[in-house]
Amino acid sequence: MSASVNKRVLPGFGLSLGFTLVYLSLIVLIPLSAVFLKSSTMTWNEFWTAVTAPRVVASYRLTFGAAFLAACINAVFGLLLAWGLTRYTFPGRKLVDALIDLPFALPTAVAGIALTAIYAKNGWIGSLLDPFGIKIAFGPAGVLVALVFIGLPFVVRTVQPILEDLETEFEEAAASLGANRWTAFIRVVFPTVLPALMTGFALAFARAVGEYGSVIFIAGNIPMVSEITPLIIITKLEQFDYRGATAIAAVMLIISFIMLLIVNALQAWNARRFGRTV
Amino acid sequence: MTAAATFDARLHGAGKFEANPATRDAGWVKLVVLGLGLTYFVIFLLLPLIAVFVEAFRKGADTYFSALIEPDALSAVKLTLLAAAIAVPLNLVFGLAAAWAIAKFEFRGKNLLITLIDLPFSVSPVVAGLIYVLVFGRQGWFGPWFIDHDIKIIFAVPAIVLATIFVTFPFIARELIPLMQAQGKDEEEAAISLGASGLQTFLRVTIPNIKWALLYGVILCNARAMGEFGAVSVVSGHIRGETNTMPLYVEILYNEYQFAAAFAVASLLALLALVTLALKTYVEWRASKLVVEGQGQ
Repeated sequence: MSASVNKRVLPGFGLSLGFTLVYLSLIVLIPLSAVFLKSSTMTWNEFWTAVTAPRVVASYRLTFGAAFLAACINAVFGLLLAWGLTRYTFPGRKLVDALIDLPFALPTAVAGIALTAIYAKNGWIGSLLDPFGIKIAFGPAGVLVALVFIGLPFVVRTVQPILEDLETEFEEAAASLGANRWTAFIRVVFPTVLPALMTGFALAFARAVGEYGSVIFIAGNIPMVSEITPLIIITKLEQFDYRGATAIAAVMLIISFIMLLIVNALQAWNARRFGRTV
Repeated sequence: MTAAATFDARLHGAGKFEANPATRDAGWVKLVVLGLGLTYFVIFLLLPLIAVFVEAFRKGADTYFSALIEPDALSAVKLTLLAAAIAVPLNLVFGLAAAWAIAKFEFRGKNLLITLIDLPFSVSPVVAGLIYVLVFGRQGWFGPWFIDHDIKIIFAVPAIVLATIFVTFPFIARELIPLMQAQGKDEEEAAISLGASGLQTFLRVTIPNIKWALLYGVILCNARAMGEFGAVSVVSGHIRGETNTMPLYVEILYNEYQFAAAFAVASLLALLALVTLALKTYVEWRASKLVVEGQGQ
């Protein structure tokens, strides 16, 4: 830090920081604090009963289980796709690359009804699986499909820049030392992309845990079977059970904060390694 | 430097790796990796996109267009445009202010501030809607006051706008902050010391330097603002012709088994997504050209 730090040459510090803090407080911090203040009006017993009711616990199991599985699928196939996009030339590569971000741009409700149309019994993919007795839509597998869709870009987009910037020298050195391609990948490339891969995994998981729009159409929303936690919050709100809804929201918020800290730590790890953030 | 290495340097992207024997994969490896990767891409991403348009036109073009000119559909389009027209400029001003404060000045708690700005990304959309019900709802903090003054917030347009602002809150700020931090403040300080005013410096020096990132953030912010479902769903009350945005209207039509109409409205949103991706790709291309030209100097 130079001496000029303390002498502010540029104007607007008070105004810009003041506006930032006021806007952040009004839109984000004060409304979010309402969740915890409202929860604190409940006794511990009330709170605990609300957040550990069997139907709610079943929804945690589905939400976190499906989010974790979806993030795993996205990590494996996202890495393959990122590798294919950076290492190989093939027709349509630019188009595939541009479409990867579709789940960020496509409204979740649209994704939900489109996935349902495809994976329902009479849909393009559902009808292929139906003869084998495999049911995707209107069950837990439908939740998984929706969460894979919305998490698809994260791993590809975090791993891709690292693979692009990877100098060929490392693999040349590995080859000249007698390593075959597989050994070079496992010992040289994989450790390099690991922080980015884990960041992408964590981002996809965090996004999937809170997802609502794309899931509710395809899940079937059967209590204890295919009902996600955000839907339980909505159901409780519709029954005017504000305290119950808020208690579950508090649990979800705490998990969001933990995920945010994990993602920040992973990004810091990545930045220390490569001097860049993803 | 060998001739091969010089040639290598001229190749960009994937070609660089395929031209080099040390980084070239066997043909069957390429086949398997691309086969698996692209199958995953097609079944989870491409097919849903195609399905939207196929389902929308399943009952013919007449049904398609008559679904779009329904008064309820038009009022949903209007409300969606209105919410985005308020949320995007507000978050744009916020993004500029936050990035200016964070990138150009040193202060304590800066990293905490950056983390807090990202917070809405990790909050479930449903929770994002719920918090405004807790603040402005009938039993909420300010709800009774607004009811006394006959101002409707929840289950009305203001809450829809607020929820939209919340979910799109970080988009522009997070594009600008790292870029402006990397650019530093030398150029602005030079302008000020040469006698430019603060506003002149901002408009003539800062804005031209960040215009592509700014546009990029606005495009993504707008796409999310127009497409938000969960948060808006909680606070909207689903009053047809009044508090339905396009995504909510899609849900209503779908639940009424009007599938062709639901997909017709959905196809407009899918088109919006495709335009967003096209603009985004263009902006990335322009920005990367700037970097290449910058390196050439």
